[in-house]
Amino acid sequence: MTRRVLSPTGNTGDAVFRVLMFAVALLMVGIVIAKLIALSTDSMLSIRQFGFSFLTSQRWDPVKGEFGALPFIYGTVASSLIALLISVPFSLGIAIFLVEQAPHYISRPIGFLVELLAAIPSVVYGLWGIFVLAPFLRNHVEPALATALGWLPLFQGSITGIGLLTGGIILAIMVTPIISAVVRDVLTAVPGSQREAALALGATKWEMIRVVLVNGAPGIAGAVILGLGRALGETMAVTMVIGNRPRISASLFEPSYTIASAIANEFTEATGDLYLSALVELGLILFLVTFVVNGIARLLVWNVTRKTGGVGRAA
Amino acid sequence: MNNTDRLRRVNSAVMTGLTALCTLLAVGALLIILSYIAWQGIGSLNFRFLIDSPKPVGEGGGIGNAIQGSLVLLLLSSVFGLPIGIAVGVYLAEIGRGRFGSAIRFLVDTLTGIPSIVTGVFVYAILVLPMKHFSAFAGGVALALIMVPIVARTTEEMLKLVPHSLREGALALGAPQWRVTLGVVIPAAAPGIATGAMLAIARISGETAPLLFTAFGSRFFQTSLNEPIASLTVQIYNYAISPYDEWHAQAWAATLVLMTLVLGINIIVRLLTRRKF
Amino acid sequence: MLVQVQAPTIKSPDQRPAVVAGDTVSGKTKVVVRDLNFFYGKVQALHNISLEIPERIVMAFIGPSGCGKSTFLRTLNRMNDVIPGTRVAGQVLIDDRDVYAPGTDVVELRRRVGMVFQKSNPFPKSIFDNVAYGLRINRITNDRQELAERVEEALKDAALWNEVKDRLKSSALSLSGGQQQRLCIARALAIRPEVLLMDEPASALDPIATSKIEELIFDLKKQYTIVIVTHNMQQAARVSDTTAFFLLGKLIEVNSTEKMFTAPNEKMTEDYITGRFG
Repeated sequence: MTRRVLSPTGNTGDAVFRVLMFAVALLMVGIVIAKLIALSTDSMLSIRQFGFSFLTSQRWDPVKGEFGALPFIYGTVASSLIALLISVPFSLGIAIFLVEQAPHYISRPIGFLVELLAAIPSVVYGLWGIFVLAPFLRNHVEPALATALGWLPLFQGSITGIGLLTGGIILAIMVTPIISAVVRDVLTAVPGSQREAALALGATKWEMIRVVLVNGAPGIAGAVILGLGRALGETMAVTMVIGNRPRISASLFEPSYTIASAIANEFTEATGDLYLSALVELGLILFLVTFVVNGIARLLVWNVTRKTGGVGRAA
Repeated sequence: MNNTDRLRRVNSAVMTGLTALCTLLAVGALLIILSYIAWQGIGSLNFRFLIDSPKPVGEGGGIGNAIQGSLVLLLLSSVFGLPIGIAVGVYLAEIGRGRFGSAIRFLVDTLTGIPSIVTGVFVYAILVLPMKHFSAFAGGVALALIMVPIVARTTEEMLKLVPHSLREGALALGAPQWRVTLGVVIPAAAPGIATGAMLAIARISGETAPLLFTAFGSRFFQTSLNEPIASLTVQIYNYAISPYDEWHAQAWAATLVLMTLVLGINIIVRLLTRRKF
Repeated sequence: MLVQVQAPTIKSPDQRPAVVAGDTVSGKTKVVVRDLNFFYGKVQALHNISLEIPERIVMAFIGPSGCGKSTFLRTLNRMNDVIPGTRVAGQVLIDDRDVYAPGTDVVELRRRVGMVFQKSNPFPKSIFDNVAYGLRINRITNDRQELAERVEEALKDAALWNEVKDRLKSSALSLSGGQQQRLCIARALAIRPEVLLMDEPASALDPIATSKIEELIFDLKKQYTIVIVTHNMQQAARVSDTTAFFLLGKLIEVNSTEKMFTAPNEKMTEDYITGRFG
């Protein structure tokens, strides 16, 4: 009897198969719930100690046992925002070029090269950031910015090449291939009839592209949010170039600290249960935030592309 | 042709030129990074480097144990991650219809976006803390957890590409669904699933954050899964943030080795799939 | 299924096919096509087409699937340019200027020669913004009052005004299929093209919507030169003044519709009309 209930065909093999498949699917749910539980449990100590002020306090003092996450929240948000500000125009430009302008024999190899940027491991970006990008910013870019725009608090402060700006730029490079890949999918999904409609009304190429962008707007928004989700959680490259100092500063040149880099940097050095618990609580915050951000992004992108992602796009 | 028309035309040309520039810059960035790695890394690369374990500053040493460690971790994580990931992919493609299936797909998709360091903290909490020490096993589990959603999605995509007529033909011959799935559909999608797995492995091999407090790192060759283990990525990180030039040079060389592996897999996969897409 | 037939000899280039269009013909010729040959890569799709289209009439292109009538229609506003690998030889003269001459402003050409497609393709914007699109990008007017007037005029010309006048800001995608197609017609009319090309405009619509479109075409020909591609012979007979019959990329015959459907000159035409193939 149960055979028939478990499987529409009534076949034992099918019933077993379905149960196994179902179990595996539940495993996914289980993993998410387990993460939630484990992270919450191990941060309980810190949650009980600090409560809501964990999110609003600026003091991160392991010696005194006072832990406030605001510097990390600020660093995470600021570096991600910088990354998006730089990356989104570039990503859009790349996607538009590859989909609307480049002939096929160019767009496929070039598209592959752009996607390779996503294959470079985070630690390698960090290494390159320390020894190439940071000196470059320190010697050429940041002095120029300080002279030209030094009246803005953003561009004051000591110039070391290691700081919020460097972190933001590295993130921008890392996030660009992801955003542009998704936007490419989105633009490709826009039907050709839309392009023809615009051209037939006397639109120039760029005006036609704008119609395509309007069509793909929800998906493009999803791509940007996907990039944001990625930037929020990026760890190694950021921790190697951002300076790892838990102090909020208005200057882009000053060192900063993100949630992910704080965990990476301090986890193995954490003495005492409270310290560890505070770090786990940071992990919990990061988990929840990226979960929500990615969820929103996926919904937006699903709605626009018929293919829900391509091979290798799952990252 | 009046003036506004000329303005529109110029505008169009400028904007399309800018998009080409963006693409050029992106490709340029890639080439700059890759060539810098090659240039810096080639100097320190020699045979001893590849088989020695680390030594104190000034005495040379190499990344032999790190290479071994990475391979062990890759193997471990693949043993757990690939079967489960493929199974989830099979579920999503063949069985998971309707609302529950969509919910699972949504979860899997969102899981791919969870930062790997969070997974590291999770595995620390459930494995390292109870076991009271770091281990290769914990590192493997962390990497497997990262691998599963990625492999699941690519497997699903590949299975979806198998034409329905293939399934229906087998079903019409009286084969039960599980036979059809295991014996007809999966073999048909096997090349695609394999390339998806390869890409996931390439991705995992570059992960550092989750290993920092699960596998932790080591200066010795590995003998047991119950002990901390070195890995290329953690070694690169440690050398990079050290104050010694000699170790910086070793970091570049190690990076060259890592990049050869990662890029190699990506290029091979691309060559294999070129005819399909 | 198209029966394999011997293609008839085409009249030589300097013997232009006579256009007898009954009592609605004006003396002026709007479009002259001379020896048009068209290639998709290596495949030749159109062979030596020569044709004259007078002003303010409705000319229908008929012929079996794949005969090239849509391809030919699209050469008139150079829409085939967007397909890579296509090549054109010959001339298309609109008001005595060859649109394929080097240096031709294609953007302006498409403003003067409008097109309505087989499947309606409104932009994902409001009804108003769809109709106003051509006016805005061509900088015809940016004055809000004038814009509103032109949009209303176009919607009235497309016989859609009464149905949408209270919801101009709502999304174009909320309209029915037939309404969307009329919206696309309004959008094309708003910029006051001189020629309107229609590629099987009613083939995706139900009979009621189709008859509305046909009535519309009948009204529009007072102001516009209309060329309509249709696979529906009865529609061609209902709506057009002149008909051109295409087969295998060649123009077989052009004649007044009345004559085409009662006493055509070519045997091939007669065979097609009477349903012996196609």
